[in-house]
Amino acid sequence: MSAALSAIDALFAVLVGLAALGLVISRQMAALLRLFVWQSILLAASATTLAVGLPSGHLYFFAAVTVASKVIAIPLVLRSTLSREIYARREIDQVVSIPMSLLAAAALAIVGWAMVRPLVVALGGSLLVLHVSLGVVVLLLGAFTIVVRREAVAQLLGLLVMENGAFLAGVALVPDMTSIVEVAIAIDVPIVALVIGLLIRTIHNEVGTTSVGGLSELKDG
Amino acid sequence: MIEAATVLPASATHLLANFAQFVFLLALAPLAEGILTKLEERIQGKQGPSIFQIYRDIRKLLHKEERVSRRSTWLFRFAPVIGFAMPLFVVLLVPALTTFPLTFAFMGDMVAAGFFLALAGFFGALAAMDTGNPYGPIGASRSRMVGFMVEPVFMMVFFSVSYAANSTIPYIVNQQWVAHGWASFLDPSHVLVMVAFVLIILADEARIPVDSPSGHVEIAMISHSKGLEYSGRGAALMKWGSAMKLMLLTMIFVNVLVAPYGLADHVSVSALAVAALWVFLKVLAFLVVLAGIEMSLAKLRLFRISEFVGAAFVICLLAMTLRLVTV
Repeated sequence: MSAALSAIDALFAVLVGLAALGLVISRQMAALLRLFVWQSILLAASATTLAVGLPSGHLYFFAAVTVASKVIAIPLVLRSTLSREIYARREIDQVVSIPMSLLAAAALAIVGWAMVRPLVVALGGSLLVLHVSLGVVVLLLGAFTIVVRREAVAQLLGLLVMENGAFLAGVALVPDMTSIVEVAIAIDVPIVALVIGLLIRTIHNEVGTTSVGGLSELKDG
Repeated sequence: MIEAATVLPASATHLLANFAQFVFLLALAPLAEGILTKLEERIQGKQGPSIFQIYRDIRKLLHKEERVSRRSTWLFRFAPVIGFAMPLFVVLLVPALTTFPLTFAFMGDMVAAGFFLALAGFFGALAAMDTGNPYGPIGASRSRMVGFMVEPVFMMVFFSVSYAANSTIPYIVNQQWVAHGWASFLDPSHVLVMVAFVLIILADEARIPVDSPSGHVEIAMISHSKGLEYSGRGAALMKWGSAMKLMLLTMIFVNVLVAPYGLADHVSVSALAVAALWVFLKVLAFLVVLAGIEMSLAKLRLFRISEFVGAAFVICLLAMTLRLVTV
């Protein structure tokens, strides 16, 4: 793979990581969704660059699947199943404050580093190391979002970002993933989004809000 | 044109180049800030002041009488001078017009540059508390609040850049980027450091998401209320100093981090003139980006600033960890 292509790919990979960081710090629901869409576009761009450089036909397919499902299908599903009121909301309910989440994100960046460090020799190429370490960080930041946000839509986006992180590592580790896996994922992910979207809608209809933080206790009578 | 190098010994030509750096910063900093103001006003659909307005302001203020509160101490008189002098000190330490270190560059590295700029901020804050104006201490403590969040990130930016180049001398960092070509420009940790540095310039220069430079409401001001009590020569020096500081940080950003090209590789009048033109064009290009960023953001609430700067810190930390695993 040429130096120029790997430099461009590294740029896209880093921007995927930045988008995950944005997910942790942003407060607005519409911004969260936009960040996720951008992250998916960047992931597809990274996969395309790798596909050109390696070259690998499967990665072109993966990029197309990512754009179709995460850039087009999932935002459509989320926008149609959920009311506009959710996206207009500016303040998100969170277990810890945003500065605290930033500190946690800093800690997660170091955890990601510590996790990948023993693998550096085994992984070999520096591009592979970059993809895996950023993938782990994105995965952790997505998981962190699921844990701290008390808002169902944000939790769903956290789940999807975790998946993006797994793929960020995956595209470099296994460039020749079999198509059946990709197709399965392409169908799987929008369905997950649809199911959770409908669930959120039901919650919204039942209790009038999507902030699920208040659902932790059962009500008597 | 006789090249200076053929007539004078090397140290003397280097002194001349240092002098050229002074003149460059002193003469063009108000123009750069004027252009930035004009751009932003035009983006907002307003006419805006002339791009030479800051020169006129400085000239007018220099001719006016200076009034100083009887209760104030020497600090009040001293702060504008140090705020004016520190950017001029720092320009000796960083690659402003030349790719190689000049006479005084041995005196300090990027940490020293950060120290000098912080020193100016420190005296500015003390002077603001010196008079009886109630808005001065408010602005001073607010700008200290931003300052102590910004400075660690500055350090992180410097260290991650230095770590990549194995040196804290900005000239060597600069040469490293040139030597490795544009692929190193897209290097992951480098990209992250650039993003963090832009955030820090916005915070440290009191630009829009942190503070509004065109605001006139004292209670909402952060760093601008520090200059409210100054008149005459003091006000002129404050204005000129802050314009130079903006220009200086922009120059560090474009010359060390983004585009280390177009600098003079030897000292001669023509080479320095060409370098000055290139550097000013690069600064202008960055100011266009800066105006775009500022005009697309809203001012943050005071206690949200910590999140803004904290994001820059985490980005730097990510850059460091990526640098550690990928090299």
